[in-house]
Amino acid sequence: MEPFDPAELPELLKLYYRRLFPYAQYYRWLNYGGVVKNYFQHREFSFTLKDDIYIRYQSFNNQSDLEKEMQKMNPYKIDIGAVYSHRPNQHNTVKLGAFQAQEKELVFDIDMTDYDDVRRCCSSADICSKCWTLMTMAIRIIDRALKEDFGFKHRLWVYSGRRGVHCWVCDESVRKLSSAVRSGIVEYLSLVKGGQDVKKKVHLSENVHPFVRKSISIIKKYFEGYALVGQDILENKESWDKILALVPETMHNDLQQNFQKHHSSLQRWEYLKKAASQCPSNIKNEKCGPWLEWEIMLQYCFPRLDINVSKGINHLLKSPFSVHPKTGRISVPIDLQKVDQFDPFAVPTISSICHELDAIFTSEAEKEENQAESDIKHRTRDYKKTSLAPYVKVFEQFLENLDKSRKGELLKKSGTMRETKMNYTKMNSLPCLPAYWKY
Amino acid sequence: MEFSGVKRRKPWLIGDQRKASYPHSLQFYLQPPSENISLIEFENLAIDRLKLLKSVENLGVSYVKGTELYQSKLEAEIRRLKFSYRESLEDEYEPRRKDHISHFILRLAYCQSEDLRRWFIQQEMDLLRFRFSILPKDKIQSFLQDSHLHFEAISEEEKNLREQEIIASSTSLGGPKLELEYVYKIPFADALDLFRGRKVYLENGFAYVPLKDIVAIILNEFRAKLSKALALTARSLPAVQSDERLQPLLNHLSHSYIGQDYSIQGNAGKISLDQIDSLSTKSFPPCMRQLHKALRENHHLRHGGRMQYGLFLKGIGLTLEQALQFWKQEFIKGKMDPDKFDKGYSYNIRHSFGKEGKRTDYTPFSCLKIILTNPPSQGDYHGCPFRHSDPELLKQKLQSYKITPGGISQDHISSSFLNELGIQLKKTTVEQQNKAKENGQSCLYSSALPKKRKTWRSTYQQDINILNVYTQKGSLKYRK
Repeated sequence: MEPFDPAELPELLKLYYRRLFPYAQYYRWLNYGGVVKNYFQHREFSFTLKDDIYIRYQSFNNQSDLEKEMQKMNPYKIDIGAVYSHRPNQHNTVKLGAFQAQEKELVFDIDMTDYDDVRRCCSSADICSKCWTLMTMAIRIIDRALKEDFGFKHRLWVYSGRRGVHCWVCDESVRKLSSAVRSGIVEYLSLVKGGQDVKKKVHLSENVHPFVRKSISIIKKYFEGYALVGQDILENKESWDKILALVPETMHNDLQQNFQKHHSSLQRWEYLKKAASQCPSNIKNEKCGPWLEWEIMLQYCFPRLDINVSKGINHLLKSPFSVHPKTGRISVPIDLQKVDQFDPFAVPTISSICHELDAIFTSEAEKEENQAESDIKHRTRDYKKTSLAPYVKVFEQFLENLDKSRKGELLKKSGTMRETKMNYTKMNSLPCLPAYWKY
Repeated sequence: MEFSGVKRRKPWLIGDQRKASYPHSLQFYLQPPSENISLIEFENLAIDRLKLLKSVENLGVSYVKGTELYQSKLEAEIRRLKFSYRESLEDEYEPRRKDHISHFILRLAYCQSEDLRRWFIQQEMDLLRFRFSILPKDKIQSFLQDSHLHFEAISEEEKNLREQEIIASSTSLGGPKLELEYVYKIPFADALDLFRGRKVYLENGFAYVPLKDIVAIILNEFRAKLSKALALTARSLPAVQSDERLQPLLNHLSHSYIGQDYSIQGNAGKISLDQIDSLSTKSFPPCMRQLHKALRENHHLRHGGRMQYGLFLKGIGLTLEQALQFWKQEFIKGKMDPDKFDKGYSYNIRHSFGKEGKRTDYTPFSCLKIILTNPPSQGDYHGCPFRHSDPELLKQKLQSYKITPGGISQDHISSSFLNELGIQLKKTTVEQQNKAKENGQSCLYSSALPKKRKTWRSTYQQDINILNVYTQKGSLKYRK
């Protein structure tokens, strides 16, 4: 893969926005079938341009307007905001108080930095293949809950470009949820609580909620490989002291002694599990059973969400297919069927796909004399020739699902409408084709 | 408009119609009354209900809500003032009618300001919660139906399929007695207070709520409806106030509640930048002291910390120029580019002073807000140390601040934690809303009425009781 040089960004972005960015699919997503009038036109975008110039309240009339603006401004970063009551680019003309954010997808942001207290391999903005499992577990746990507990059908998971993942929940009813309900959902999904000052961040009550139980069974599949082998959390005294801080004092001596005797994290963990589930005779009111073991597993592996990102309807979040200005990686959708195989280091960078495109273009130019093919035709095939293609496919699958359920809704509604129409007019005997079929 | 019902001519309800008009001892006050009453009765009803709501408030402060003692005292109070409360008693028409009419009268008086509305809604909710809790089980279904609340009870088979999960989720169900309980299936968004704390089983977007937990949902419905109704009332108020007979009474009613007024306008006070370091150890509440220390050490604060500390500094008298200078100096020490600061951070500082965007002059966060919203996570230093820190670490910290160890002891928290909090907070919030007069916001844990300049430590040592309540293992939210 080509090394990425931030200085080349302006040139690379120019090529990216002209030939590679999947405008058609992007518009198809945010337009949501054109069912609600002006839904796309009232959507806020924000651009970060060269030299950190940040402009908010951008909005566009249609796909070609979006394309032209993006190609003109060459943004380094693109964020998506809410759908407002008026066109965001005219918000200054609206009476004070009347310009309101009305709808937005429910979004989640999971950041590797929030796990710094429990990962030994990296810290802050760095990631590696060892700690990426944290993201895999987070995606599995959160996605299961969103799908099975809340019944959300259209969830798009996107790699953020550097150190985390985002989730966009796009169901129609979800876009209308209030800020209070969004906070409630994040609270439901939160188990790890506390900052620097708190040692033990997970406390389970005797009644374990099905959500917690199911999350633990997901973590169990990864725990040995991730925590005991990869992170080696019981490797030496320094690391197992951190675990002991989560365990009642009375058990410390016994555990310390036995840890010395064992030779690997695996063995030590087995011992800890046994010791933790025995009923401690001296401590009153302590539950006998796997709670302690679970609390440790959860503190080391359970997802940590940023509530502020999810709760505000007007919160701006990085757009899929946007470029990360520091790493050059494209924010690509993650295929849920293959989440275990997802490798953030295999995600194409803007320089690599531009190089791929150049290589293909020059080889094509050698083959074809006739350059008169229209620009559009080029563009629609261009991304397909680069390593961006499979990710766009994932995105298209997501869009297909959105379309299918929209069709289902429309049929339901038009069924009742059609009856009344046929009573009144004889002309309209054919059902109207829904608008989204154009895309 | 509904409230002209007081003037409209309608016949008196007689005989058997009386019982039918008030089938239950409690109601949601969906329909306003439509009869004639005399002015004297109008006034008496209003005053009686106000007395009732005041005693609801006082009992809520003095006793834990829901306990035997609280309930018996409240029942005695209701009976004394001759309002309705119990379903099974005979000849409840008069008390129920009184309850109905007086509620609507008080709506007129308490719709006018945010504070009044909040107080009114809070007391009415407590009253309704009490009445609902003493309603016998068989009457609950009929009450729900009569109030047009569409909660669908699920069938036996559906219950059996999910029995394990429902029992595992609900704290209110003791043991496997699910066959006897009704379980209701409602859309998850309607059960917000239940699912946010994982107190209910969710499946495919629906919450399976046992009867005991339905109360919380009903109360939320009630609060939402009442809130909307009060807003509507406020809009229609001018027409009512034009009636000279009612105006003096309504004014008198709404003003009699406020109690002590802390809005004495004094000098906001000014401080200079070099004073901040010494003030932080002398007079800042612990949360701000912690933030200041973190800022000095790391030359950086994350967003939550910047908001909480920045607004606090504004509250104690820092001007915009001083604030910009203060933050810039500190961030530059952390090897930040001055230009980057100007681009990224100075806009936000000006925004919080009300000079950008929608120009709201934000007030400093109240203790309630700091404690209940935006808990700190890894890398954060904001929040309230009494709420968000481990007791051991907190103890160490306080000892390093030189508080005598005797003042710090560990007691078990009663479930009045949040009740106390609510009441204490009101006093503190009112003060804070009127600019901190002294150096340092009065921390919740200091004496509730600091009128003179006092250092935080001296006031704190007087309030060891409160500290005993708060410095203990775990909090309600974690352990429940």
